[in-house]
Amino acid sequence: MSDSLNFSYTVDGENFASAGQASVQVKKELRQLGIAPETIRRVSIAMYEGEINMVIHAGGGVAQVNVDDSGIEIVLKDEGPGIANIEQAMQEGFSTAPDNVRSLGFGAGMGLPNMKRYTDEMHIDSTVGVGTTITMKVNY
Amino acid sequence: MKISNIIASGKFSAVSVSDEEREISGIYIGDLLSWVMGRAQADNAWITIMSNINIVAVASLVDVACIILAEGVELEASVIETAKSKGINILATALPAYEAAMELSGLRK
Repeated sequence: MSDSLNFSYTVDGENFASAGQASVQVKKELRQLGIAPETIRRVSIAMYEGEINMVIHAGGGVAQVNVDDSGIEIVLKDEGPGIANIEQAMQEGFSTAPDNVRSLGFGAGMGLPNMKRYTDEMHIDSTVGVGTTITMKVNY
Repeated sequence: MKISNIIASGKFSAVSVSDEEREISGIYIGDLLSWVMGRAQADNAWITIMSNINIVAVASLVDVACIILAEGVELEASVIETAKSKGINILATALPAYEAAMELSGLRK
């Protein structure tokens, strides 16, 4: 693999039932590329958490996955409300998710911490009222 | 322990089983999906009372051996269809989560 491979997905902000489709698709693509199962697991879980966040908080967005020689980069971009206090948002158990989301088993305040847990690098670029871009990297 | 061993015990019924020979290693009990994604291990049997469509995606991403619905929880037909199409094993039991786990633990011996 000398060139970088790129996959791009639109995350539908209206549909909770289809949330996760991009992650499941990425899992399939990475398996076809012969990526190690544990790496695939880390990438797809981190991406799924990000997708769910985009559906809960931002009305959807765009997910991009770049595969190169060193690892897999995931870029999640939305035009949602932004994160006012990133440090607080990164704490396990802190959540601003509404009750209807909690009844589905989400909103436990574990999304961002899980994304950090499963990736080697994570960067959050967020402006209140403009949107959020999260860049994650999983190295081989 | 295989999925088929669990079904043969008579306490668990098959809701969607595409790989009866799948080996199970360890048990995880949880209903908060992010906790499950953070803590459950690949090849675990995942015991839950959650029944919405997202459990199928979580099971697929974590790569659990099967979902076990406790407390007599039932799935909508569309969720079962999705599980079948994605090859996700789902079993159901009338037992509460703790007793279901005890039952599995007994089967392992």
